[in-house]
Amino acid sequence: MHKRAVFDNRLLPYLLVAPQILITLVFFIWPASQALWTSTLREDAFGLRREFVGFANFERLLNDPLYLDSFWTTIAFSASVTSLILFFGLLFAAMADRIIRGITAYRTLLIWPYAVAPAVAGVLWLFMFHPTVGMIAYTLQVFGVNWNHYLDGTHAFILVVVAAVWKQIAYAFLFFLAAMQSIPKSLIEAAAIDGAGPWKRFRTITFPLIAPTSFFLMVVTLVYAFFDTFPVIDAVTSGGPARATEILVYKVYRDGFIALDLGSSAAQSVILMLIVIALTVVQFRYVESRVQYQ
Amino acid sequence: MTKTRLLATAAAVASFAVAGSAAAQTEVVWWHAMGGELGERTQAIADAFNASQDAFVVRAEYKGNYTETMTAAIAAFRAGEQPHIVQVFEVGTATMMAAEGAIYPVYQLMADAGEPFDPDDYLASVVGYYTTSEGNLLSMPFNSSTPVLYYNKAHFEQAGLDPEAPPVTWQEMSTMIDALQASGVACGMTTGWQSWVQLENFSAWHNVPLGTRENGFAGLDTEFVFNTTLAVDHIAMLGEWQKTKKFDYGGRRSDSAPKFYSGECTFYMNSSASYAGVRANVDFDFGIGKLPYHEGAEGAPQNAIIGGATLWVLQGGEAAEYEGVARFFSFLSSPEVQAQWHQDTGYLPITYGAYELSKEQGFYAKNPGAETSILQMTLNEPTPYSKGLRFGNFVQIRDIINEELEAVWAGQKSAQEALDAAAARGNELLRRFEADNS
Repeated sequence: MHKRAVFDNRLLPYLLVAPQILITLVFFIWPASQALWTSTLREDAFGLRREFVGFANFERLLNDPLYLDSFWTTIAFSASVTSLILFFGLLFAAMADRIIRGITAYRTLLIWPYAVAPAVAGVLWLFMFHPTVGMIAYTLQVFGVNWNHYLDGTHAFILVVVAAVWKQIAYAFLFFLAAMQSIPKSLIEAAAIDGAGPWKRFRTITFPLIAPTSFFLMVVTLVYAFFDTFPVIDAVTSGGPARATEILVYKVYRDGFIALDLGSSAAQSVILMLIVIALTVVQFRYVESRVQYQ
Repeated sequence: MTKTRLLATAAAVASFAVAGSAAAQTEVVWWHAMGGELGERTQAIADAFNASQDAFVVRAEYKGNYTETMTAAIAAFRAGEQPHIVQVFEVGTATMMAAEGAIYPVYQLMADAGEPFDPDDYLASVVGYYTTSEGNLLSMPFNSSTPVLYYNKAHFEQAGLDPEAPPVTWQEMSTMIDALQASGVACGMTTGWQSWVQLENFSAWHNVPLGTRENGFAGLDTEFVFNTTLAVDHIAMLGEWQKTKKFDYGGRRSDSAPKFYSGECTFYMNSSASYAGVRANVDFDFGIGKLPYHEGAEGAPQNAIIGGATLWVLQGGEAAEYEGVARFFSFLSSPEVQAQWHQDTGYLPITYGAYELSKEQGFYAKNPGAETSILQMTLNEPTPYSKGLRFGNFVQIRDIINEELEAVWAGQKSAQEALDAAAARGNELLRRFEADNS
């Protein structure tokens, strides 16, 4: 299968990768190194005075119980969001895969939420759950649940998780469905003839065969939960009440762009970067080794 | 051939003429945070100034909400692309003041440009917030407001209360809410901007300090003391009220507004500049009262303090441009412009002239309640505790206060615990600000 491609011109391969490298340098390496540098500084908002402080910003963060709180909130949030997205994406895909009539309609409807911008998704759910004017909040009231996410941290947490999950299920659904449809029908049929029920077929054939997709989705969804949920948090709770929904990436924004504490904000983004790098490495080393790519 | 050349020459001359006229008009850039209806009013002021003379052009640009505008201006300053004028909200005051090389104090600007300028024309409690301890005005007040008490007159009638008599004290309010709730009203009161209304203004109104060193006016070594004053009792009372919905928390900023609009709560405490929003959104008669005070509290009611924003001038432009800024500020604070702005928006007039003019025009007779905010501001000569606030990192500190208060409303902490924690966390940020700026 392996074939060595050889270029006649020695310069050409470099030229071909140059745009990609350039983009990576300008949009990733350069800002990341700026963040690293800023994280060692203490400066006022206008940049009139700056002082090199080494690791003092990191030290203060790691000794700050509130930062650690925010860390645990993030773990709980990302774990809930990722697992729910994967679960529902898989469930819907498995169900849509079995449908024969009207599949296009179902598929389209299930993919729709993905086209909604995260902030808009947040606002939609905010309306439905609004303690005063929201439909769902009103219904909950009838069942004796006094819904108020402005006051109750758990309610707020549930609300941002729901909004973040709802928006992204479509993405997982799409990938799972594509993966399932690429499984040869003959395998499933053979198993069916051998007497395997739907659940058994799913567990022993479909699930192992879509493992590479599941793995890919897990990485992507975790990154989504860590970073791209920012607009949802910002639009729905702004991290409140009483910091119940303040995830790390939101704290980076708040400390940097609202409080103008650039050193601390940069230090936080460096920590966040390290966490995601570590998670990705772990996933590739340990989870991927169990995944069979055909 | 000659015809083409002639045309070309004509075109060249024309373009020179255009360039010439543009160069003759010095451009002043103004970044502001007034969106929607307020944005149109703001643009109208700039347009009126531009039409009133032909030496300067003020270009007003909307840059997002307060925080976004301030951040944008600071980022632009770091890149050397700053506007001449930027609108900054009151909690950013200490940050701006500390940026000594970056700002051009207004008193100095006016003196340098030779514009007539008398600080005594301005409402003391408005400009007091933005002056140095020597009495020099640093930024030009633009939109200032104070919290007032909006109330639902229909609810008052339903409960058999006099709709023209809003409560004067918290004790009265408590009795009224009991009657209101007995008549079927779900919630007594709610509030916008909890830190600003229930803590900052509460302290000024009762003449108790929020922090030492004249609330930070006298030095950076200030410390919060709101966990040792009447404020603790007040927050404890509201925490108690929350349990039976005598008070019902509705979120940060003005997120609680729907509770009043929908008729869920009878009382709503928020900025006088919410007036337009309230009028547009309710279908019942509403009244406006002064902030209530606690019975028996010595020195209460004192005077309210403001929120809102001022215009800061940033360094780095040409002398001619600053002359334009000074001329614009004179225009902006003229009684006609101010009175119009005040009457359109519910913001306070910044000069006595504008206040008098509004009175003469019969504005308050036609709009009862609209004067409440000014009466509150001018009730007494400001004391060291009611002059205003000057705390560094106050944007963050407000968030801390929000968080801790939310813990009280949710019943997770007692008022004392929460305010102790808020003061301790806030003091830490004050010390950092002190270290960064001395």
